[in-house]
Amino acid sequence: MDSVTVSPDIELLHAQQRRRSVLIVVACTVMGAIAQVFIKLGANHLAHASLVATFWSIFTVPTLFLGYCLYGIFAVLMVYALRHGELSILYPVIALTFVWVSILSAMIFHEAMNPMKICGIAVIVAGVAVLGWGSRN
Amino acid sequence: MAFVLGGSVIGSFGAVFLKSGALALRRNWSSIIFNWRLAVGIGAYMLSSIFFLKGVSNGELSVLYPMVSLGYICTLAWSRLFFQENITRLKLVGVAMILAGIVFLGYGKQ
Repeated sequence: MDSVTVSPDIELLHAQQRRRSVLIVVACTVMGAIAQVFIKLGANHLAHASLVATFWSIFTVPTLFLGYCLYGIFAVLMVYALRHGELSILYPVIALTFVWVSILSAMIFHEAMNPMKICGIAVIVAGVAVLGWGSRN
Repeated sequence: MAFVLGGSVIGSFGAVFLKSGALALRRNWSSIIFNWRLAVGIGAYMLSSIFFLKGVSNGELSVLYPMVSLGYICTLAWSRLFFQENITRLKLVGVAMILAGIVFLGYGKQ
């Protein structure tokens, strides 16, 4: 990071903005996971539908519609976060969605938890923590 | 599988357009409404999620999950190429850990 020509105050403000962007994206991933649960509930109807039919089902299947509305809010927040944060940090943080989805599926769809999944969740969370730490400097 | 692979690459391009659209935003409505970059970004995201929806409703998750993570590697490359972001060692370690975690999750779901 080139901070030679930037005053310390501005640099501090930017660091705060970057950190806030990471937190916003983390909140986004929770919303994205809830959206995916809704989409999963709706997707069970369309195992063999064509691509076009799949598209129209977003407007006709209520759970799919709700899921994609949540994705809309997700997109707005993402744009806000991307304005001040680095893409190379924020985009991988979206992987946290996998973590919430796994936890939600265990809770809602009673999918079995196993050591492999728990290991995966732990490693993803640790990876995001490393990225978050990296966004400070 | 091709759907999911295509979806993740399209999604990574979507992120690039969202970021450049976000940078072009000003404090007036026209910069939001007539922002073609944001429109392309959101369109790409929608397309990629339709691909995902299609792929996931037919395929095996343990194969599909690692495909999704390819999008993260693409995005690292794009953010260096288009936004001159530094790819630090810490970022590479973070992304590598996330990829490993996703592979574990995919196998765990088998």
